[in-house]
Amino acid sequence: MKNFIRLFLICFLLLPFKSYAVLDIKITQGIEEPIPIAIAIFGWSQASGVAPIDMSQIITANLTRSGRFNVMDVQDLPQSPTEFDAISFGDWRKLGMENIVIGNLVLTESGNYNVSFRLIDIYRKKQIAGFRIPTKPNLLRRVAHQISDIVFEKLTGIEGAFNTRVAYITVKKDNTKKIHALHIADADGHNAKILVESPEPLLSPSWSYDGGKIAYVSFEGKNSSVFIQDILTGNRTRVSKFEGINSSPNWSPDGSHLALTLSKDGNTEIYIMNLTTKSLKRITKHDGIDTEPTWSPDGQKLAFTSDRSGSPQIYEVSIKSGKPKRLSFEGIYNTRPRYAPDGKSITLVHSTGNTYHIAVLNLNNGYITVLTDGPLDESPSYAPNGSMVIYATTGRRGGQLAAISVDGRIKQRLGLHQGDVREPSWGPFLK
Amino acid sequence: MPTRLFFVIGLTILLLGCSKDQVKEEEPVEVTDLNADSTTASNEDGAQTYGAEDESSSAFSQLDDPQSPLSVRIIYFDYDSSEIRSDYRSAIEAHSLYLQQNPNTSITLEGHADERGSREYNLALGERRARTVKQQMLLLGANSSQIRLVSYGEERPASDGHGDASWQQNRRVEILY
Repeated sequence: MKNFIRLFLICFLLLPFKSYAVLDIKITQGIEEPIPIAIAIFGWSQASGVAPIDMSQIITANLTRSGRFNVMDVQDLPQSPTEFDAISFGDWRKLGMENIVIGNLVLTESGNYNVSFRLIDIYRKKQIAGFRIPTKPNLLRRVAHQISDIVFEKLTGIEGAFNTRVAYITVKKDNTKKIHALHIADADGHNAKILVESPEPLLSPSWSYDGGKIAYVSFEGKNSSVFIQDILTGNRTRVSKFEGINSSPNWSPDGSHLALTLSKDGNTEIYIMNLTTKSLKRITKHDGIDTEPTWSPDGQKLAFTSDRSGSPQIYEVSIKSGKPKRLSFEGIYNTRPRYAPDGKSITLVHSTGNTYHIAVLNLNNGYITVLTDGPLDESPSYAPNGSMVIYATTGRRGGQLAAISVDGRIKQRLGLHQGDVREPSWGPFLK
Repeated sequence: MPTRLFFVIGLTILLLGCSKDQVKEEEPVEVTDLNADSTTASNEDGAQTYGAEDESSSAFSQLDDPQSPLSVRIIYFDYDSSEIRSDYRSAIEAHSLYLQQNPNTSITLEGHADERGSREYNLALGERRARTVKQQMLLLGANSSQIRLVSYGEERPASDGHGDASWQQNRRVEILY
């Protein structure tokens, strides 16, 4: 019986990832002159059987989804070379192809894999990048993302963010009850896992900078609490359970502190918690609403939302001096700030009337650039390379996720087949 | 817990009686009777207690009687505002007076916001709405220990729609006995 259970479990674990893939990511707008590239089918070392993973398919999907590449369809490939010398450069040139990725997947005696790949400039007949990566079976998909990152960076000059994860909240209606769930998934929507499920609301997932933990708000117990959960083990601790609001957790870049909003001292104020000692330092002191703190990348400042001026606007406060400075002046509503990884801009929710948009506030000149159409967009968060912003949008089918490039030229829709999805948070680069 | 249950039943009968008969003097008698009944019942069988609870909550919904300010259990707000409109003054007065006269009774003020804008700001907004109602009630005689605050922000909409009518219903503070 025990063996049967074990066998069942193994079979269960071996089910293709697709059955868990809940996010369906589609590019809805790309740039006008995408870079042409071909991804050859990777060679496979074993004479019999098929490769455990289709590396070229994953890389193709990643690059296509980025909106910056025109990836040749696999059935249109004139050949699928696996070595440099086998490339018929003349045939590729006739097709106007500029770049090709070739590679091999080799099963080693120990049951692990060696993945090798080369990115080649067809016109110059030169290798742009080439690596061999020894890896374990469960990390093959990750390696495909890492290869995508290298190709992306070599050809666009922008660091790739395919080898990252996103966290998000889903809400399912089960008769009269609502089921809330906090998920994490690879940036391509695959490998989705549920971290918490609750009949009470869940919100505000925030990644630790090492990607190992997530802080979030849960209403289990009929009031808001802040939890920190270890992603690998699933163990969690309730770090904040004061009277009133416990919300908006946000990690310091060094992982030692959590910024959060508490109303225990009268009204909503911003605090930072030392995660070792659990001691609190109060940052704001004002009758108005102060909430949604977020740490600057250098760890010296917090940006937050306050309605102290009469309408909600973005402020910034130095953790040392504690004196807030107003940052946003355009529009009647600016909330939920998140710094760009370079600290030079802030993405936020912006409104001038009845519709709500994702916008970027330039910290050099104070200008706000609106990126999205609305009408009800919220929860923006930067990709760790700063090139895209992921956010939640409300459509006919309820909440959906979307991503837009910071220049507004590339749009992706990240949909669920059913149900509501919201509160996306783009995780850090995976080590 | 039983005390609160009895209170709920009592209040139900009180207000139900009020709307039917308009004779306030008669109600305390009924309250006592029912309390006695349900005590026996719950001693006998837990399931009976649930039955009593169900009845009381279904009775609550009938209480939208403009003549009884205590039947106002939801206070609605304007957009991004936590100011209490003047038409709710009599209801808040009535609840405050009730709390003053029943010091063992406690309530939860549950603050909510509509879906527009960011969730965490809305959580704070719902909290401020509930807090504003609490402050009014304290000024009118309720005791701080009788009032618990909770905000659900936009997470628990009364209406799931995405338009003005739904939003108006969702910007609210619920008074829960």
